[in-house]
Amino acid sequence: MATDSGAAAKAESRAGTLAASRTTAPGRSLRLTAVLAVVAIAAVLPLFVSGFRLFQFTQVLIYAIALLGLNLLTGYNGQFSLGHGAFYGIGAYTSAVMVDRWGIGYGWTIPAAGIVCLIVGFLFGRPALRLEGLYLALATFSLALAVPQILKYFEEWTGGSQGIVLSKPKAPLHLPLTEDQWLYVLTLAVTIVLFVLAANLLGGRTGRAIVAIRDNHIAAEAMGVNNALYKSVTFGVSAAYTGIAGALSAIVVAFVAPDSFDVFLSITLLTGIVIGGFGTISGPIYGALFIQFVPNWAQDISKAAPWAIFGLFLIGFMYVMPRGIAGFLQLVWIRLTRRAVARGEGR
Amino acid sequence: MSLLKRFIVGILLAGLAALAPAGGATAQTVVGVTPTEIKIGHTNPYSGNASAYGTIGKTIAAYFKKVNDEGGVNGRKINFISYDDGYSPPKTVEMIRKLVEQDQVAFVFQTLGTPPNTAIQKYLNQQKVPQLFVATGATKWNDPKNFPWTMGYQPNYQTEGRVYAAYALSHVKDAKIGILYQNDDYGKDYLKGFEDGLGDAKKQIVLKQSYEVTDPTIDSQVVNLKNSGANVFFNITTPKFAAQAIKKAHEIGWKPLHFLNNVSSSLGTVLKPAGLDASRDLITALYMKEVTDPQWRNDKGFTDWVAFMKKYYPDGALDDQSNGFGYNVAILMTQVLKQCGNDFSRENIMKQAANVKNFELPLLLPGIKINTSPTDFAPIEQEQLAKFDGEKWALFGEVIEAVRK
Repeated sequence: MATDSGAAAKAESRAGTLAASRTTAPGRSLRLTAVLAVVAIAAVLPLFVSGFRLFQFTQVLIYAIALLGLNLLTGYNGQFSLGHGAFYGIGAYTSAVMVDRWGIGYGWTIPAAGIVCLIVGFLFGRPALRLEGLYLALATFSLALAVPQILKYFEEWTGGSQGIVLSKPKAPLHLPLTEDQWLYVLTLAVTIVLFVLAANLLGGRTGRAIVAIRDNHIAAEAMGVNNALYKSVTFGVSAAYTGIAGALSAIVVAFVAPDSFDVFLSITLLTGIVIGGFGTISGPIYGALFIQFVPNWAQDISKAAPWAIFGLFLIGFMYVMPRGIAGFLQLVWIRLTRRAVARGEGR
Repeated sequence: MSLLKRFIVGILLAGLAALAPAGGATAQTVVGVTPTEIKIGHTNPYSGNASAYGTIGKTIAAYFKKVNDEGGVNGRKINFISYDDGYSPPKTVEMIRKLVEQDQVAFVFQTLGTPPNTAIQKYLNQQKVPQLFVATGATKWNDPKNFPWTMGYQPNYQTEGRVYAAYALSHVKDAKIGILYQNDDYGKDYLKGFEDGLGDAKKQIVLKQSYEVTDPTIDSQVVNLKNSGANVFFNITTPKFAAQAIKKAHEIGWKPLHFLNNVSSSLGTVLKPAGLDASRDLITALYMKEVTDPQWRNDKGFTDWVAFMKKYYPDGALDDQSNGFGYNVAILMTQVLKQCGNDFSRENIMKQAANVKNFELPLLLPGIKINTSPTDFAPIEQEQLAKFDGEKWALFGEVIEAVRK
């Protein structure tokens, strides 16, 4: 029917919203099945993959959380951040300092890092309300530049440029898991919880308000959305997510150094959400896989100029999938379902 | 719980338990070495801020190819596996884990940079994998008691700093000291040695300026140092910044007693870009023959190196000291492997690395020899001062037995 194809067309032009596949019951249950399948595969991964490969996949999960945080702010809420590497670093150092200096169990540092970054993000987001687009990007860029130096400055806390060496935690309760397997399981659990929370947040009123601010903040304000509150809280939550990812990375890599959290990390995260799919929940997962593995492939292809090869990959992806991997998959899905619906209703 | 559920849980737990790997290699286990091959792991910054050092990895690879062409070591060919870590510690951790767990190398060799090596030190010692001849002068690699699997190579930075401090105090009346240093482990290590060497004269430091590896330029720091009235200048910078600093100091007409840290003493990569005239009277501490110094032109060690470069690494620059560095350390590694005989267990590789006596390398200064022992994990502990005369580093004085801390 006309309205159906109209809705499908609108969905095509709005890669961020999931109108078409969301509203149909078979679409919803298929989506749920797909998600459960992915979670199941992720859960049994340690049975097939071990040691260093598992470590790499743990990194993928960590990046996915960080990218979800950034996507929340930039993809869904339209606030450009070139400084999320800073929150990643703050989260990582919160965890490292708590474990190394105060002897606190690493498990507690994960929510602690989230809370610290929530506060820092909110405090940064509040004055940043006045800034739009490029100016906000520059302000966040300055954060990315400042944080490594600040970390080096407070030497007694952070260990300065030497960084902090941590120990890899063993599995608790005498579970028959190696350290790698335990950290993977822990990270997977945190990832699932955070993704479910984000999906709930974005699927409801709050999510619509957040997206409305991105699409047309004047209209949103006119409709009664408190722009200032939503924007700063989104900043805080986004920072919290990336901070939790940072804390996990400190635990998994067992080492933090200020120079690991430089501007390049912020740019890498931005690359990840664009490649993965702006304003989507699944995008961060694809983006995380990309930023973890593609540089390694590039190295295998060319020792001499791996970043040039990486650049080629980047350009290639952007050319073939301008809406990111998630957007591309959505288009594919819509094309398939549209044909199925058309056939089904005999139009 | 039903019988079926219990069965499934049991299988899963058993499966998980089975995946728990055994601890690190035991004393008798040989990893990464077969009767025909020795696998050596390596990471280097082939990309990123420190990519100038990537040529060291290429020189080492070229040397091992030469060794293989000549029959290998004790009948075994060397399989040198080298990955890029871009000088980023998390990447180094990932690549080293790949080398140890996936590629199953016998040991890790000449990993470059202090933060990268710090990140992997605990892991390698836990896994009992030798971390040999790390390419950093940080003082902390000489700690066999706490890190029995990690060994340094080049003379450490603190020692070098102390040598300069001693010279400055004995040659400059009313020294007013200015310092420019890179704000990381390496810079602070040199700084500590220098300040320790000054002792009470530390109060004669009039200005300290730092910079980040990510900074594009350090011109303003140099100007500040001149304006502070310093007549002694300790230049703790990596090659790219050293060239800038020397050039800037010359441009603004500042001529202090200028100590240049050994890390940046290469004529090809630092002094030439800075300007040979601008580099006059710079002082540095050397332990290697400068590959651009004409006095070695007919020296056998030097001519052998040139022949090697022409045949095995023709793209490598013949005025880049890093290429000489890589050649030297690869020869040392080959010697350790030869000393292993037929026992290539990780234990024995470590034992032989700690058992090098009075070994000469072709590009070490005459009188400087490699010495290691179970309590001495610092292979090179001697240096000699040199002054740049516009053409080359002219050695003066004696070979100094640098005191180990």
